[in-house]
Parts: sequence; C-alpha cells; structure tokens
Amino acid sequence: MDLEALMRCLGTKSCVVTQLTSGLIIGMLLFLIASGVTLIFGVLNVTNFAHGSLYMIGAYVALTLYQASGNYFVAAIGAALSVGLLGVAFERLLMSKVYGSNVLMQLLVCYAVILICDDLVKIIWGPSGLSMGMPAEFRLPPLRFMGGVIPPFYLFMIGAAMVIGLVLWLVIERTRFGKVVRAAAVNGPMVSALGIRVNLYYAAVFGIGSALAGAAGALAAPVRSLTPGMGFSILIESFIVTVIGGMGSIVGAFVAALLIGFTRSFGSIGFPLFVDGVMFLFMALVLIFKPSGLFGRPHR
Amino acid sequence: MTAFRSRPVGRRRVLKAAGATAAAGVVGMPAIVTGQSGTIKIGVPTIQSGRVALVGQTSVGGMRSVFDPLNEAGGINGRKIELVVRDSKGAPQEAAKVTRDLINNDKCQIILDAEASSGAFAVHEVIREIGVLCVHTNSETSSLTADPKLHVPTAFRAARQGIHDAIGGGDYAAKIAKAKNLKRWVTCSPDYAYGRSNTAEFMEYAKHFEPSIEVVDESWPKLFQPDYTEVVTKVLNSKADAMYSALWGGDLSAFIDQGNLYGLFDKMASFMVNLGDYGVVDEVKQFPSGVYSGGRYNRTVPPTKENEDWYQAYVKNYKHKPTNWSWENATAAAFLVEALKATNGDTDGRKLASALKGMKIKSPWGADGTITMRGDDNTIINYIIGYGLSQSKDPYVKDFQTSAWGPILELEKEWKKKQGYG
Repeated sequence: MDLEALMRCLGTKSCVVTQLTSGLIIGMLLFLIASGVTLIFGVLNVTNFAHGSLYMIGAYVALTLYQASGNYFVAAIGAALSVGLLGVAFERLLMSKVYGSNVLMQLLVCYAVILICDDLVKIIWGPSGLSMGMPAEFRLPPLRFMGGVIPPFYLFMIGAAMVIGLVLWLVIERTRFGKVVRAAAVNGPMVSALGIRVNLYYAAVFGIGSALAGAAGALAAPVRSLTPGMGFSILIESFIVTVIGGMGSIVGAFVAALLIGFTRSFGSIGFPLFVDGVMFLFMALVLIFKPSGLFGRPHR
Repeated sequence: MTAFRSRPVGRRRVLKAAGATAAAGVVGMPAIVTGQSGTIKIGVPTIQSGRVALVGQTSVGGMRSVFDPLNEAGGINGRKIELVVRDSKGAPQEAAKVTRDLINNDKCQIILDAEASSGAFAVHEVIREIGVLCVHTNSETSSLTADPKLHVPTAFRAARQGIHDAIGGGDYAAKIAKAKNLKRWVTCSPDYAYGRSNTAEFMEYAKHFEPSIEVVDESWPKLFQPDYTEVVTKVLNSKADAMYSALWGGDLSAFIDQGNLYGLFDKMASFMVNLGDYGVVDEVKQFPSGVYSGGRYNRTVPPTKENEDWYQAYVKNYKHKPTNWSWENATAAAFLVEALKATNGDTDGRKLASALKGMKIKSPWGADGTITMRGDDNTIINYIIGYGLSQSKDPYVKDFQTSAWGPILELEKEWKKKQGYG
C-alpha cells in the first residue's frame, strides 16, 4: 500500500488528468464489452460466456481489414458489423437452442464456441501474437492538458465508446425497436401473441451485443497484442462490471465500468498489489448487499 | 438406460488386476524406459500458443539448428534424435503435466525445458522426482540453479542467468547514470520470479557501481497482461530520470506500443534488458531509438563469421529470425550432443549429468569463443553479455559494449554469500 503516493497524485493536476484519462480509457473499453453482455442477458436472459471470443474476433478482423484497406475507420466499422453478423448466426444456430435451459447447458455451448474460436484464430492468423500498430491517422504526439498527457488515439477511443453507448441507450429507450425489445425482455410470449416476431428481435439484440464486442476489439487492436484466447481476461473483468452494475442494466454497466477503470488507474499508484483484490471486493460487497447490482432489477 | 454396456467385473478379472498390481509393486513401476536402441527421444515442454508463442517457435528452431545437421550426418552412433514438442500455454501446472506426459507416455529419455521461468520451476520439481537429464534452456531466474536448496543433480541451465546480466548491466547503467546525472529511477517488470529477481539484482548492482541511484517507484504488471495503460501512466507520474524494465516478448511489445502513445521513451532514459531481440524488433510497429538495450541475440553480436553463418542458416532453414531463446537452445543442444557422445549414446540421467559438469564447448556466442557448463551449480558461464543503444533500423542495436567475465564472477560469489547460497 502506498497511500501517500496516491495522495500526492491527487494533489497534482498533471497526475490527476493523466490517471483520469487512463481510467476512462480502461473503463470505456470495458463498458463496450460489458454492455453487450448485459444487453443480451437483460433481453434474452442468457449469459453469453463466449462474449470475450467475439471481442477477440473483432480485433483480428479489424487487423485484417486494416491491412487490406489501410483505413482504420473502415476496419473498425467492418469488424463491428462482421462480428454482429457472426453473433446473429451464433444466436440462431446455437444459443436459441438453449434458451430456457439451465445455466450449465448454456455454459457448455459457450465454452465449446470459445474453444472453436480460439482454434480457428490459430489456424487463420497463427498462434503467435500479432500487432496492428498505431494507424497513421493517430500517429501524433500526445496532447498536453493541465500538465497531464493524453494520447490522441485514446481520446478517440473514449469518444467513440461514449457515442456508441449513447446511441445504444437512445435506441433502447427512445425507439419503437427499443420498446419492443424492452417488452420482450419482460414477457416475450405476450409480445409474440401481439403478432411481433420476437425471434427476429432476439437475433437482432444478440447481433447488437456482439457488434459491441467487435467494436471493442477493433478499438483495442491498435494498442494491444492480438493473441488466441485474448478474450478470456477481458471477459472476467467485463463480468465483474456486469455484476456490479446489475445484469441487464446498460447505465449500470457504464457506471461500474468507470468504477473499475478508476480503481485500476488510481489503484496502480495507491495499492498496486491489491488492484484486482479491490475489484473483486467491490463485486463481493455488491453481491452481499445488493445482489441484483447497483442498477439492476431483481432477477426474473 | 445406459449408452454403453460394460463387461461385468468378475472374480477372475479382479484377481488378475490385483495380481498385476502386486507384481508391479514388487518389481517397482519404472517411470521411464531408457532403451539404448532406436531414436533418442527428447521431450520439449514449451509455450507454443498465446502472446509469447515465439518462445516455443524460436526455441525449437535453436535446437533443430544443432540436431538437424547431426541427424543428417547419421546421429549419435547411428541413433537419430527425435524432438517431441508439447505446448504448456505458459501455465506452470500445465508445464509440469506436459513434462510428466513426455517422460511417462511419450517415453522421452531427456528433457530440454524451453519454458519461461514461470514454468521452469515446475518442470524442475518433476525432474527432481523422476531423475532424467534436463537442461533448462530459457529460464534466467538466478535461484533456479544458484540456490542449493533447489539443486537437482540431473538438472542444468544453458541460458543467461539474471545475476550475470545484472552485474554487467548494472555496471553499464551506472556509467551512463553518472555521465547523464540519472539519479531517480523507476522500474517496470513482470510480476513473477524472473521479473522480480532480475529487477532487484539489476538495481542492486546499478546502485553498487553508482550509489547516488535511487529507486523512486516500482510497477509490477502481471505476466501476459493485456493492457499497460495504468502502468505507463504510473511510470510517467513518477517523474523519474530513468526506467529499468525486464518485460519481454509480447508483453514488452505491448508495453512499447502503449508507451509510445504517451511519448514515454522521450521523457526518460530507458534501460530494457530484453529489447534488442528480433522477436520484439519485428513485432513492435514503432521500434524506439535511443533505448539502452541488453544483449539478447543479434547477428552482429559478436561480429564473427560463425555467428553470421549460423544466423543465415537459421533464417534459411526455419523461415524466421532467431531470438535470444534460439541461441540458448542451440547451446543446450550442443552441450547435450557432446554429453551423449561422451556416454556413447547412453541416456541415463546420472551419466549424462556427470559428462556435462564442467564441460567446455566451442560456441559462436562465447565471450572467447567457448562456453562452460560450470560444475558447481550446473549453469553456463562465459557467454556474451553486454548492452547497446537501440536504433530503428538493422542491426537495431549499435555501440554494443561487452561485459568482462572476471568482475562478474567475483561479484557473483559475493552475491551468493549474501543470499546464503555460498
């Protein structure tokens, strides 16, 4: 524990700016992934344990599209759409068969998909780590703000994640599509009885959730090593976010992702050896005192 | 209803099984069959997938650079060498399991352990139980062979040792620190045995040679950590004059890529023992210039014909560039071949160990053209050690300065006494 260093940092503008930005970067990436998990759970009542694999595929597809097109924006959008489509196929062909089954069955299906995805990545892209490198558009010197250092690409990442989150919230809360999705989440058979093809909505929700994972992978690709199995570590953190925020709550995922992001950025200074411990402690406290999560509704 | 029908377990079957078990107990269950005919099977537990899959790929390349020509020339007394390579995925428990499988199921008679330190200690304990000959080819954690409590008579190390690099590197860093007034240092190394011991040893000797050096902050990212953002910003916020890092492989590449975003390497002098290796050079998209880099493998270090010829043959045969692990594994293979010749192809662990102790071989990577397997602690000495300055184009490291082995060995003795290893 080095709380003195943490206090020193909190008393220095440059340190606060740098660490706040760092927390936002970590948090926003986690939010994109966790919001997909929580959206799928909230509507379909299934936990997509293979969500990390979709993040991994998003990163690899972005790399390939970037190498082919030379344009990072094309690569990122292409990766999100591709993974979204893959998610629809995954939902229609596999997950839809285990709706209503117990969690163990869902877990087994997802675990099989994780193993298949990891092996496919090894076959297609090879077992070694790959690196996209910083796209030419962002090879700029870091920005200075109040003495703190902010890389331009990270500003873009934060902005992109916030815009995606806002659009997602608007779609769910302010559109007819969102109304049907929310109604289906509460009572799918009743919505179906009104003549609405609920299965299409389920597939669309799964596709959107998957596209969010793909977008997160594409945003992470320029700054992280791409390896088979890279989705696993981020999946654990995104589940922590989902549990703290509340399964099914996008606002909860946003708040919890920021909480974890800031815990990691400031914790690395104040309690570097106990950062993971604090994250799990948050989760344990939430599970004990508010099992449905900070913003979640009681489980159906 | 069951999906299959099992044979009823009758009294005769039970008696047969009990008899067989009892017989095995009386004669002892041999874990290994050390057959002296046919191929010599060498098991290789290593990392073949994930961010540091390059470890396995270039380690096996290094071994093959010795065994392939040997097999083409007829092998050892007509017996060819067969490598059986298994992926541990970098997990210690998997490394131990894979090693047991290689010995007990694949009937490997020798182990070339191409694990990182995280797995090497687990393999070491398996070797202690089973007693076959093992050469650790990648683990640089000093205690593996320096700590007498960990000593295993049939286990050797043909890899750099952290304490050797630390003394040589500490001396080099101290001179730079003195010349450039680098007093406040921050460290950033992986949080496991190698990272911890390597960093402690480097800073100890940097301070030994330049007492004004002070470590103001430390950062310990996890091994194979995907994101270094908070680590980079912590290092930046330390406002240190210089940084030392023992990150390696894909972790180092990710750290450099993310550090570049913050202009980290322009803000402080950086010393990275594992930077100037082809694996990192090829993976990092914006390779930083002006970083003090430890000597790993470079075709120009030493600038000899033997080294260049080996590099060219390696690239031609295995279609990738060699790394630090390649020369270490090639060295292990070369020692093993000499030991097998000395035992006339006998793979008995104790006989091979006896042959290896104190053995000196010619090597392109020897400080004076030879490398010795020191008999006291079963580890190699007299290999090339040094530091240079990174540059963004081939040969990627310039102004390389080699360290003298005399002072390294003297200070190593003192270090061992201090550690209670004496």
